Amino acid sequence: MTPAIQIDQVHKSFGAFEALRGIDLTIAQGEFFALLGPNGAGKSTLINLLAGLLRPTSGKLSVMGHDVVNDYQSARRLLGVVPQELVFDPFFNVREMLRFQAGYFGLGKENDAWVDEVIESLGLTDKAYTNMRRLSGGMKRRALIAQALAHKPPVVVLDEPTAGVDVELRQMLWEFIKRLNREGHTIILTTHYLEEAETLCSRVAMLKQGKVVALDSTHNLLNRIPGKNLRLRLAATSLPASLTPLLRSQDEGHYTFALPEVAQIEFVLSELRNADIKVEDMELIEVDLEDVFMEIVRQ
Amino acid sequence: MTGMWTLFKKEILRFWKVSFQTVAAPVITALLYLLIFSHVLASHVQVYEGVTYTAFLIPGLMMMSLLQNAFANSSSSLIQSKVMGNIVFLLLTPLSYRQFFLAFLLAAIIRGLVVGASVWLVALFFVDLPVAQPLLILTFAVLGGGLLGTLGIIAGIWAEKFDQMAAFQNFIIMPLSFLSGVFYSIHSLPPFWQKVSHLNPFFYMIDGFRHGFFGQGDIAPEISLTVVGVSFLALSWITLRLLKSGYKLRG
Ligand SMILES: Nc1ncnc2c1ncn2[C@@H]1O[C@H](COP(=O)(O)OP(=O)(O)O)[C@@H](O)[C@H]1O
Ligand SMILES: [Mg+2]
Repeated sequence: MTPAIQIDQVHKSFGAFEALRGIDLTIAQGEFFALLGPNGAGKSTLINLLAGLLRPTSGKLSVMGHDVVNDYQSARRLLGVVPQELVFDPFFNVREMLRFQAGYFGLGKENDAWVDEVIESLGLTDKAYTNMRRLSGGMKRRALIAQALAHKPPVVVLDEPTAGVDVELRQMLWEFIKRLNREGHTIILTTHYLEEAETLCSRVAMLKQGKVVALDSTHNLLNRIPGKNLRLRLAATSLPASLTPLLRSQDEGHYTFALPEVAQIEFVLSELRNADIKVEDMELIEVDLEDVFMEIVRQ
Repeated sequence: MTGMWTLFKKEILRFWKVSFQTVAAPVITALLYLLIFSHVLASHVQVYEGVTYTAFLIPGLMMMSLLQNAFANSSSSLIQSKVMGNIVFLLLTPLSYRQFFLAFLLAAIIRGLVVGASVWLVALFFVDLPVAQPLLILTFAVLGGGLLGTLGIIAGIWAEKFDQMAAFQNFIIMPLSFLSGVFYSIHSLPPFWQKVSHLNPFFYMIDGFRHGFFGQGDIAPEISLTVVGVSFLALSWITLRLLKSGYKLRG
């Protein structure tokens, strides 16, 4: 089957600065895929290249087999992109905007039922006839997502769709996106909330300084760091030197240790006892994507 | 086709929704010029035999309003959507650069025609205006609107901020439109300034347009038509090149 997204050896420079340094990535149809990475890693640049907002310095990108440069009309018809910035057209209301957007893709009245479905699914029904200017930030974000979906694209890319969005909207948004994915749409998202990527996405690529530093199923990535995290509340201001290599993070009396093997709990506790440090609370936590992320970014 | 038609419709609605600013205001401005200049100069100036100065003034004012508003339509739409960032909604679509060009161009021409025709309608209350060659009037109106619509697209692509757009307007569009013979026949100018006027494409648009009303002008309408037509084609070619290259729109 033709991949939803195929990216081969893509480089992108802004002047002398190389934002993307040889990206290779294939995303199959129907995947729920996450693009992770610290700020400035190049996630938005990669998305903008797919969308044709930027042109690659070298390399090729295609959407459902259509090259985004040479065959841009087919490629764009198959792609819906939610930009990271909260942009809107101040002249029109939500429904007008969505109908225009579908119209640019060659769709007419026959698409109105879908437009109304998108409006309803994103909780915009009450605001359908409200001018974009008058929408709150959260509502603008919904409208922005709706706009990307107006032409019912099989491949949907969301660039930090939940940045600055309240919990209720995030829940509703993910329900809707999950439904789209079940119905066969390929979903690609970037997010800062790693737990979102962890629960939603089957596969993850991690970007760092313009390169893919990890690409695997979420499951495999989580197994990449063996063991568990031990989170302790300690009545101490300093730790015994023997424990610092295991320390992953600390904040206000809470210390998190990364234990490659669970049996190391005994070692940690005995060292604490020898140092006369009292354990006030204790918790054993599964490794999450954040840990993997920190680990990979640190390397 | 649907895509281009949609963009055209949106561009029309964009100005029509605020027609108080985009149509009524320029008509009032033109009318003020008419009142002031005709009052001050009517008794002193007669440009053509049998044509009052007020009548002489009206086609020039119509054309000037038409040109300025055609320019304003495409340029303000582009600069606003660039500054607001919502231009991405267009850039994400499969619209080709030609469709993009045509939609903005046609909308600009329509805005120009609507304003120009409104000035005419209102002016009819004040003075009788002959119509010698209606086809010539229409041709110059459409070509002039097209030329300034294209120039507006170029300015909209080039400018990154509102003040750059204002500079384009104040240092290029305004001088060219005021020094084009709207308020006078260039024959009344000293020879040097007559020569300078001949370098101004706005002069040909206005003179040719006026010829359509009075059947006479400063130069032959064929010459004006050629100059305006060639300028329009040249600017369109440049605009299409810019759009195709993605200049300042796609990085
Ligand atoms: N238009 C541009 N001009 C110059 N540098 C840019 C441009 N767009 C992005 N960059 C740079 O490229 C790098 C990647 O940016 P971006 O793709 O936005 O990162 P991310 O979305 O992962 O946070 C950053 O260092 C950013 O400053
Ligand atoms: Mg980004």
